[in-house]
Amino acid sequence: MKQRSTPPANQPPSSSSSTVRLSPPGKKNPVARTRQPTLPPTPRSRRALGLTRAAALGRFELQVCPACDTVQYPPREVCGACLSHELRWQSVNAEGVLLASTTLHHSNDLYFRERLPWRVGTVHMDAGPSVVTHVHQDCADGARVRLTLRLDRSGQAVMIALPEKDTPHMADDPVLRETSCDPKFRRVLITDGKSAAGQALAIALLQAGASTIFLGDPQPWRHNAAYASLLQDERIQAVTLDVTDTDSVQRVAASLGGKVEILINTADLEREGGVMSARDVNVARDALDINVLGLMRLAQHFGPALCARAADETRNAVAWVNILSIYAQMNLPARGMWSASKAAALSLSQCLRTEMRSAGIRVINVFPGPLDHEWEQRTPPPRVTPQALAQAVVRGLKQGTEDVYVGDVAQEFCERLAENSKALERELGA
Amino acid sequence: MDASVLTLFMSELTSGRIRIVDLTETLTPEFPTIVLPPEFGQAWPFRLEEISRYDERGPAWYWNNFSCSEHTGTHFDAPAHWVSGKDQPDNTVDTIPIEAFIASACVIDCSAQARDNPDFLLTIDGVRAWEAAHGRIPARSWVLMRTDWSKRAKPVDYLNMRDDGAHSPGPDADVVPWLIRERDVHGFGTESVGTDAGQAQHLDPPYPCHYYMHGNNRYGLQCLTNLDRLPATGAVIFSAPLKIRKGSGSPLRVLALTPSVATPATRDATN
Repeated sequence: MKQRSTPPANQPPSSSSSTVRLSPPGKKNPVARTRQPTLPPTPRSRRALGLTRAAALGRFELQVCPACDTVQYPPREVCGACLSHELRWQSVNAEGVLLASTTLHHSNDLYFRERLPWRVGTVHMDAGPSVVTHVHQDCADGARVRLTLRLDRSGQAVMIALPEKDTPHMADDPVLRETSCDPKFRRVLITDGKSAAGQALAIALLQAGASTIFLGDPQPWRHNAAYASLLQDERIQAVTLDVTDTDSVQRVAASLGGKVEILINTADLEREGGVMSARDVNVARDALDINVLGLMRLAQHFGPALCARAADETRNAVAWVNILSIYAQMNLPARGMWSASKAAALSLSQCLRTEMRSAGIRVINVFPGPLDHEWEQRTPPPRVTPQALAQAVVRGLKQGTEDVYVGDVAQEFCERLAENSKALERELGA
Repeated sequence: MDASVLTLFMSELTSGRIRIVDLTETLTPEFPTIVLPPEFGQAWPFRLEEISRYDERGPAWYWNNFSCSEHTGTHFDAPAHWVSGKDQPDNTVDTIPIEAFIASACVIDCSAQARDNPDFLLTIDGVRAWEAAHGRIPARSWVLMRTDWSKRAKPVDYLNMRDDGAHSPGPDADVVPWLIRERDVHGFGTESVGTDAGQAQHLDPPYPCHYYMHGNNRYGLQCLTNLDRLPATGAVIFSAPLKIRKGSGSPLRVLALTPSVATPATRDATN
């Protein structure tokens, strides 16, 4: 059996040790074969997809029986204690004790074979159930741990036991690194770096340890002081990129496709106006061209490159981030056309998510409320600052979530959408 | 007309004594279009989407879809383009008399002035000085303002945007009505992105070349190139726009015929 050589420092011991800090990856041998991605086991029961939903949102939820309060695990149809069939998914206490752990040195599964040794254990949760879980190397047998739900490379929820308190470099743990899309030591393409969101993201990603930011510039002729100042940082490189120009996208993908591990699409055309009040469909076409077809062009040209490098050993491609809007989920008539373009982009990104899942590339959709930028000048607060948006994206990448809701408006929007979507529809038009 | 004139013309053309100069910029996605405040409607830049290229989308053929505005790339302005020309007869590209598409040209070289001053404005005195050297502008002749602007790096130096907007040369507000009234010109042509100067919003009236030329049923050509290969007088311009119903203008191929003896030093390499 051919095994990937693992540095001795990454050998998880049977009990615990402190995580070794990741070193910046060296240059890739340009003539070496790039290993192709493999995925952990994908099948789950429909009930178990409740865990996937929670993990996609960065929550820790289990089924709880409303009749007897028993917390259920694994997910099931009826309560294991009283047979009630009205189990509800809700947040529960994620703490517990690591009863025992073991380190696997053999697996018949292709994904795990390439990542051995692998540590698993049993945690007795304070909430009741005992769960079999992946175990962070900083957890000691018998110690208190926190459980977290994460999406693995197949996009399904897995449990990971984390040390009770944060430990140094704990995000560098191989198991966490496999389930997160941590920007540390990764190279990021931000498609529109002249947007407020793109600029805040560049700064936040560098702070999160990204090694290089390729900062897209759709309008090189338009001077932008903030953009020019960002380029003073040698880790940031300007890239002329217009997502409405297929040739431009193709050229940039041809030169950078092999150097991007995270792509963040910030290209957006936001304009006021609805349907009948618009005199023509020109702005609508421009919005669809940037917000929808732009995403499609990027996906057609960068997508295959990212998927091909999802298991690249020095630096693997991990994530595709779309900055959408909460109004992708229901139309805001005052910005009706823009909302429609964001809804179309959301639909397209769901397709892209499925297509990229086979390689293990995570598609993250970000749903901010109104952004605090030029095109929301007349929108009353609260507005999401570009910095808050950027921090939420970084958190999403680190946690490896799929859906990121940013700001009070977006959070409240979700609750009202779940509670009474018709009421929300009326209120958005009021 | 005696058919022998055309025979002679073709003979002169094929022998190279008449030279053809292409005054057209290549349509590319990067070629700049005029920049307006973002709250206004915007002209589409040139875009190309491949239909097939000897592949599964069409095994034996190559073709593209393209999109652009009527005012993208080297293009023709019809009188209806400006509000002042909206009630002129035959003011759109489909109704303009086809005779208007062939006309002689006077080329006024402003390249030295524009090199030092991107906001250079051509004045009546400037035209008079040119006439002192090259003779009076004949009626129904194009006036082409050579600035060598087409040689600038595109899009940044070509658009030349600063914090207060675009800076590029053009005619001033007095010379345009004078050219129409006193010289009965056919139209005005430039190398920059519009027939008016970059800062022409601040002239009175704003955008005087558009205002007066189209208000008097005259035409415009912009984004021209190779004007430095034309003689000051004697060139004939072929500039037929696409026949778009009620079109306000169109991208087009602009060709100039010139006597080859006029500028032997810049003889077209294709001849």
